[in-house]
Amino acid sequence: MIWSRPPQASRTIGSSDLPLVWARASREKITMTEKSENAPQVATVDSASAVGAPLPAFAVPLQKSFYRIAPPQGFLDLNLREVWNYKSLLYFLVWRDIKIRYKQTAIGAAWAIIQPFMTMVTFSLFFGKLARIPSEGLPYPIFFYTALLPWTYFSGALQNATNTIIENQRVVTKVFFPRVILPLSAVLSGLLDLGISFLMFIVLMLYYRIDFAWTVLLIPGFVLLAIATALGVGLWLSALNAIYRDVRYVIPFLVQIWMFASPVAYPSSLVPERWRWLFGLNPMTGVIEGFRWALTGHGEPPGGLLFASIGIVAVIFCAGLVYFQRMETTIADVV
Amino acid sequence: MSPIVIRAEGLGKQYRVGERERYLALRDVLTRVVRSPLKFLRPAESELMWAIRDVSLQVEHGEVIGIIGRNGSGKTTLLKILSRITRPTTGSAEVYGSVRTLLEVGTGFHPELTGRENMYLSGAILGMSRREIERKFDTIVAFSGVERFIDTPLKHYSTGMQMRLAFAVAAHLEPDILLVDEVLAVGDLEFQKKCLGKMEEVSGSGRTILFVSHQMNQIRRLCKRVLWLDGGEIYRSGPTAAILGEYEAALSSGRRKENQRSTGTPTKARFVRWQIDGTESGSSNFLTTMGAVTIRFQVEVLAPIQNGNHGIVLYNGERQLMWGWATDGVVLEVGTHEFCHTFPTLPLRPGPYSWLVSLREHGDVVDQWDCTPEMIIETEVHQHPRDEWSGVLNMPCQFKVCRSQESYGGK
Repeated sequence: MIWSRPPQASRTIGSSDLPLVWARASREKITMTEKSENAPQVATVDSASAVGAPLPAFAVPLQKSFYRIAPPQGFLDLNLREVWNYKSLLYFLVWRDIKIRYKQTAIGAAWAIIQPFMTMVTFSLFFGKLARIPSEGLPYPIFFYTALLPWTYFSGALQNATNTIIENQRVVTKVFFPRVILPLSAVLSGLLDLGISFLMFIVLMLYYRIDFAWTVLLIPGFVLLAIATALGVGLWLSALNAIYRDVRYVIPFLVQIWMFASPVAYPSSLVPERWRWLFGLNPMTGVIEGFRWALTGHGEPPGGLLFASIGIVAVIFCAGLVYFQRMETTIADVV
Repeated sequence: MSPIVIRAEGLGKQYRVGERERYLALRDVLTRVVRSPLKFLRPAESELMWAIRDVSLQVEHGEVIGIIGRNGSGKTTLLKILSRITRPTTGSAEVYGSVRTLLEVGTGFHPELTGRENMYLSGAILGMSRREIERKFDTIVAFSGVERFIDTPLKHYSTGMQMRLAFAVAAHLEPDILLVDEVLAVGDLEFQKKCLGKMEEVSGSGRTILFVSHQMNQIRRLCKRVLWLDGGEIYRSGPTAAILGEYEAALSSGRRKENQRSTGTPTKARFVRWQIDGTESGSSNFLTTMGAVTIRFQVEVLAPIQNGNHGIVLYNGERQLMWGWATDGVVLEVGTHEFCHTFPTLPLRPGPYSWLVSLREHGDVVDQWDCTPEMIIETEVHQHPRDEWSGVLNMPCQFKVCRSQESYGGK
């Protein structure tokens, strides 16, 4: 029996299409080989030309970088130059965090305004109107918002930093880079939200017709202190969480308790004099009081509390760095 | 002699068994401390195992070294130590030059970001600077072949496209030393070849490469020197041809290893070796003929089997099913038997393949063996020269033009 091709099929395809493919394919092959000779970066396997064409040997790069691998030892061998070498990675991690945060949300970065705004309304209602908490001669919303700015940043950064190593587990176990970049990027990526909610604060100031004092120029310093605090604590929590996953369940409580232990909703003048020193051990006290004073000129001017905070932050930060460094060597094995 | 770029002495890495799967909860630690305080401080020796042990090596600048060995022989661990992803427990190493590691492709890809964004991110994670990525952007995109989708979120990409993009980024790294795990084992064959070409290009340009692979033809093609790891130690090292010969001989003449895991309880019978009929030991897994071929699987039967079911399956190197078949009513006495499968031809394109054979009785698996070594088909190629048109079959085809007869297709 002989099969014949249905007439309409042969009409649509025309002259049988396989030879066409052949012709096209073999022509492409030729062009491809030519291309690969001009531009070896798109070379295919066909091109033997790229092989065996050594570039000049790397006499110079040989000296450029060198490292020694040894079992973990020593107290602190943080290589700051290495961290600097990976600044592009830091940049892209921060950028990624920001990009992803509001992907697929309908109103995007507006959340950075709505969240603190709603919190402010709630707290003003309960603490300002009902409980009549003193507010250093400021309208309570302003009083509260000045503290909410660093606090929202701090608590967000803390939570990001805690989870950062686990969230980047795949990367940590497959690629080398200074691990400290992970908590660092987690802490830095919250700065954009801080900036956005600061715009909201300007609107509030206009609404209540309050002028900024000259001290607002000192804000960058207090932001820096907030970053250092978040990073110091974040270093501890991220390393701990990589090993003990319990940590992330502790975080919500920690943040809540910490908030009430900080002068967010009330002024620190409310704290009895003899407990002030204990209060000052909380580094966020200095940060929050500093923000309040710098933004409005009201409240406690920087004094002993601030210096206590700076001292504590320095201790937490350095200890965190040492601890993180020690854990860094095993993180890829346990995460 | 070229300068030494990697010098390692006595590298060892000890893992706590199970540590990598299970994370610690504070509770566990506390209970352990309470139960046996001393044990907590000094973990019992039995819980520890060496992933690699006492590995010393020197690598000269510009060398391309292949690392071979069975699964779990410590190849990846060695790369991880050399690239500083993890620290060794013992020993030390010095590494001169910038190092990049490819343990997998697509590390750090995020599904929500677009192809372009992921390119930057992945490049940065692999150690490229922002400027470097910007400079190479067009080349990378061209290499990947996903130009049209570069601004589409990655989650809408097919797996193949993701691999292409990922490898395109990785292929444009320019380190002094490149450490590559088995990343080339993924993707379609055409792209694999493209990557292999890229690797050849890189190795030709004076870079030092350490390269892990199970595919001996890749090693043969790229490497001059081979390192054979076994049980975490360097078993042999030397020129590719000699070491690979020995390795393949060990694998193929080698009977099935006693400790090799097999499913089921191989109490009644087990497969012990396989070979292509009519070949010599040492090359008994190489198929060089297009003609009839018989594959023999040796079975050791310890208890009689009344109504056995024997299945056989052939996979290609990418684990795609090529062929499968099964038969009932296999009766086996105690002793050593051979299952012989004769094929008029195995018209498959050259490359690595693997057999999977099984024996069941009343539905229960008696033994199942993912045969080692792979079957390497090394026949003449009768295919379209371009990969995308060559397909999986390799068949000679006689072609001629005949005058059409009036008797059919007629008026």
